[in-house]
Amino acid sequence: MAKEYLTEENFKKLDEVIEHHQHQQGALMPVLQEAQEIFGCLPIEVQQRISEGIQIPMSDIYGVVTFYSQFSLEPKGEYTISVCMGTACYVRGAKPIVEKIAEMLGIAPGETSADAKFSLVATRCIGACGLAPIMTVNENVYGRLVLEDIPEIVEKYQKEGS
Amino acid sequence: MDLYRSHVLVCGGTGCASSESGRIIDNFNELLIEHGLDKEVKIVKTGCFGLCEAGPVVVVYPEGAFYSMIKVSDVPTIVEEHLLKGRIVTDLLYKDHTTSETMNSIDEVGFYKKQRRVALRNCGVINPESIEEYIAFDGYQALGNVLTEMSPNQVIDIVKRSGLRGRGGGGFPTGTKWEFTQKAVGDLKYVACNADEGDPGAFMDRSVLEGDPHAIVEAMAIAGYAVGASKGFVYVRAEYPIAVKRLQIAIDQAKENGLLGEDIFGTGFNFDMEIRLGAGAFVCGEETALIASIEGKRGMPRVRPPFPAVKGIFDKPTLLNNVETFANIPQIILKGAEWFASIGTEKSKGTKVFALAGKINNTGLLEIPMGTTLREAIYDVGGGIPNGKAFKAVQTGGPSGGCIPAEYLDTPIDYDNLIALGSMMGSGGMIVLDEDNCMVDVARFFLDFTEEESCGKCTPCREGTKRMHELLDKIVDGKGTMDDVAKLETLAKTIKGASLCGLGQTAPNPVLSTLKYFRHEYEAHVLDHKCPAGVCSALLQYLVVPDLCKKCGICAAKCPVNCISGVKGKEVYLIDQDKCIKCGACMDACPFKAIKKG
Repeated sequence: MAKEYLTEENFKKLDEVIEHHQHQQGALMPVLQEAQEIFGCLPIEVQQRISEGIQIPMSDIYGVVTFYSQFSLEPKGEYTISVCMGTACYVRGAKPIVEKIAEMLGIAPGETSADAKFSLVATRCIGACGLAPIMTVNENVYGRLVLEDIPEIVEKYQKEGS
Repeated sequence: MDLYRSHVLVCGGTGCASSESGRIIDNFNELLIEHGLDKEVKIVKTGCFGLCEAGPVVVVYPEGAFYSMIKVSDVPTIVEEHLLKGRIVTDLLYKDHTTSETMNSIDEVGFYKKQRRVALRNCGVINPESIEEYIAFDGYQALGNVLTEMSPNQVIDIVKRSGLRGRGGGGFPTGTKWEFTQKAVGDLKYVACNADEGDPGAFMDRSVLEGDPHAIVEAMAIAGYAVGASKGFVYVRAEYPIAVKRLQIAIDQAKENGLLGEDIFGTGFNFDMEIRLGAGAFVCGEETALIASIEGKRGMPRVRPPFPAVKGIFDKPTLLNNVETFANIPQIILKGAEWFASIGTEKSKGTKVFALAGKINNTGLLEIPMGTTLREAIYDVGGGIPNGKAFKAVQTGGPSGGCIPAEYLDTPIDYDNLIALGSMMGSGGMIVLDEDNCMVDVARFFLDFTEEESCGKCTPCREGTKRMHELLDKIVDGKGTMDDVAKLETLAKTIKGASLCGLGQTAPNPVLSTLKYFRHEYEAHVLDHKCPAGVCSALLQYLVVPDLCKKCGICAAKCPVNCISGVKGKEVYLIDQDKCIKCGACMDACPFKAIKKG
């Protein structure tokens, strides 16, 4: 897939973000967070622009980007399926659920499918333990899941879009 | 101000918002207008009610009718029957799990009876996005009192005398921390709030921020006055979008009303605050790692001393407290140190919020006085274990805590008792495990977590958690030896003693506590090659029970690896254990429940 998210327009937005945080102490984290909003991920090209903009060495920026799990060097799929693996969900059977989805999509947790349609994430506790086990597909929430619910939910998204 | 004859409180916490409470609110508002009731009845979106199991929750006052598991399609019934005709919709009311009794009013619900709400007092009561409602419930009065009538030393004295200890897990005396920061020398000081609630299964800080964000704004301003700081940071997990949004609204409203900013209450005191988001690193809950993260660095802990009170954010003296700790402050100022100290046990004062989850009927948030026993929390408030299963253990303190077995259920909960049992209070996660949970598997689950979240700075934690995880994998796969169990124990003790920060020092707790109380389960995996709870798939066997088998052949047809043999109608089927991949498809397919796992 071409890097079509590295557009002139997005870089312009990034420059505005950098400008806005220019004089803030500890600006790197907010800038990276907003940059990821704009580009969907933080590839080297984006990190380089930030490095020049707020005068922080590339080595430091790369160190920070790879340290925090929410920053991603690669773009995510069209649909991100996040299965909560917090303790409450785990003891109520989240593991077989994540395995079932992995089997259906042919990708392991943390991976994105070759057609860039799905990313599967075994996520940290999202704090909705009353709905355990729970998963989200982009903004949509599916709670109190049983294994039998999974095929229908995944197939729905497989049929949608391209 | 308009007077309404009825108030409808709809929970807008993360749990209920995930099951469409937003659409329920919209639907209520539309129908009220349709029926011309919008001047008589007010819909209030509140923070978390605590009883997440029953969500989405709707409470109608003045009756206090407690409707649970409400769907959008139930809204017309409530509007037409209850709000229009004054008849409570009995079918939709909350039913007690243990007694199956219908509860008419929220006051009758067992879940709330033993609770005492201090930190959560406004959660589920007021609209968190309205500063007026917070003020109507004595909000900002404590800040007013402090700024106009008290000296910083008097404030610190009250906090010290109250006996409040840090609610983030460590249990350090809060007043002492304030005093250290006040006495530290520096031209600039900061107050910071730790809202990086990373323990899986703990969501009390999120609920306070979602349900009563002004309490945190007020408490941080009070702390700022006491220690001499004019700037505050709140470090929140990015996974909590609703909490971030409501806290920002609260900060903006406080600024508009002159309760934050310059010359607050005309006293010359300045205090401003800002939110910083985390980016998914559990270790950032450790105070020095959190500070590094706010500064824009990798969130790695450093050696203490110097403590943050001396050298914190941008090297300035910094007071760092947890959300729940701050949530207690305004009440302590208003009601006095003696009132707070009268609740709880000798060494642990006040109340503590717990997030009760796992194998429990009433999943949710509860706030109970320190000294309440585990049994009261789990059975009286939590409603016990669902589906008639037997209690096995309660896991407290998240990945840093341990598993406490049934024989210690009558232990009064406080900081010191839990540590004596090999667990800890932590931030207040309380996960209940039943007979179907394998303790070795649970220990492995936590090691998987800490291994991944270890920042990598110190060797005992970075390498040690990995090795422990490998040993646990081996045991769970049925390849472990008793020598491995002994190695696991030695390794655990070394990591505990040699790690740099709290993450590493407590990471072995899940293993040590399960080894202490559930050693027989480890032995069963190693010596008998059996998982007593039937969880570890490598040790499972699927077996056909000959007496129940009707020789229909459905299991053989479903088996993906063709390892079930038999003759339809004539011969009992048999599973070839060498070929079986333990997928369980046969057991699910058998209409006669003739396949057992064991």
